[in-house]
Amino acid sequence: MSGPQNASEPIPGTHLFDGNAAAKGFELNAMCYSFNDAANRQAFLDDEEAYCAKFHLTPQQRKAVAERSVLGMIAAGGNIYYLAKLAGIFGLNVQDVGSMQTGVSVDNFKAMLLAQGAGQTYDEAHDAMIEKEKVHG
Amino acid sequence: MAEIVGAYFTSHVPAIGGAIHKGLQQEPYWKPFFDGYQKVHEWLAQVKPDVAIVFNNDHGLNFFLDKMPTFAVGAAAEYHNADEGWGLPLYKPFAGHTELSWHIINSLVEDEFDITTCQKMLVDHALSIPFELAWPDVSAWPVKIVPFAINTVQHPLPSAKRCLALGQAVNKALQSWTGDERIVIIGTGGLSHQLDGERAGYINREYDQFCMDNLSVDPAALTRDSVHEMVRKAGTQGVEVLNWIAARGALGVEAATEIHRNYHIPISNTAAATMLMEPA
Ligand SMILES: [Fe+2]
Repeated sequence: MSGPQNASEPIPGTHLFDGNAAAKGFELNAMCYSFNDAANRQAFLDDEEAYCAKFHLTPQQRKAVAERSVLGMIAAGGNIYYLAKLAGIFGLNVQDVGSMQTGVSVDNFKAMLLAQGAGQTYDEAHDAMIEKEKVHG
Repeated sequence: MAEIVGAYFTSHVPAIGGAIHKGLQQEPYWKPFFDGYQKVHEWLAQVKPDVAIVFNNDHGLNFFLDKMPTFAVGAAAEYHNADEGWGLPLYKPFAGHTELSWHIINSLVEDEFDITTCQKMLVDHALSIPFELAWPDVSAWPVKIVPFAINTVQHPLPSAKRCLALGQAVNKALQSWTGDERIVIIGTGGLSHQLDGERAGYINREYDQFCMDNLSVDPAALTRDSVHEMVRKAGTQGVEVLNWIAARGALGVEAATEIHRNYHIPISNTAAATMLMEPA
């Protein structure tokens, strides 16, 4: 089913969490890891600036967190398993996080998942999702 | 001699735990998924395992990026779940089988697998949800466990070939175990899904089909792709199929018999799958 391919050929829309990302994102991921503790989640909510400072977030990481930009956090080295704990503080689930990253409404994102269940390929379902977002914006 | 009764493979999407907690199993969204476990319940009642060897992956509960083992093996008397960051009710604890853990560890290192041993290991939804699905109405789990955590978080991940070999080495260890346990092998996670990036929501039915069709009869077919190509085909988190491949290895090198399969898109962002296999 697959021929030999260049292992480094990028995967569209995909950011592999490798050593570079792990090094770059260490502080941000460390902060998110701390959110396994309810007291730390509360401390973040009480004083976000101070909590981020305590973990020495880089300016890029701090900006992405302030903007609630998931793609920004990933670009700053965030790993989705840790970022999911930050999202949880705001009551966001993985469909919410999916909608934020794809730039469509949550309902539209969920419809894209259901369309794949109904037999569409990802590309078909994704293109329809983007089309629909343009129309209903 | 101990007997390997078979293998159980299942997705472990966190939302499944929420659905169980809220009793949503018969809701239209969830029913096609939960209906796939009736056969699992019947089979487990019939084969009556008392030990489970579980291949799963940590999602940032036990391991942080300061220390990230490629293959970690539990050797604890007890394993506990803890708050994963969402403040959800905790899952039940597990009893470990420490003697069997150390037997497997000794055998693996003898076979040149340089694993990490863990006498303390928190377990997350990847271990608990498969058990909640398999034994929904018990107050304590009917099996003791030996858990394996495979790094599916931070690249480089172990190759599919290496995961299959690890599982096969576990099978070899079980062959030399003199206890009379009835052992079930469990692989959790997957199938195709991607949570992160602009490709979030990616699912690949065709690749999942390929994996499920080959896992019992020709698991080596799943090991021909590099991890990078597996991510391309299965999604960034779909690469959790590595847990399934390791578990399949632990079932033995002979072709296995598939006795059950369920596949449903979507559960949360995931193509959810369930399989049962018996050894040849
Ligand atoms: Fe997972």
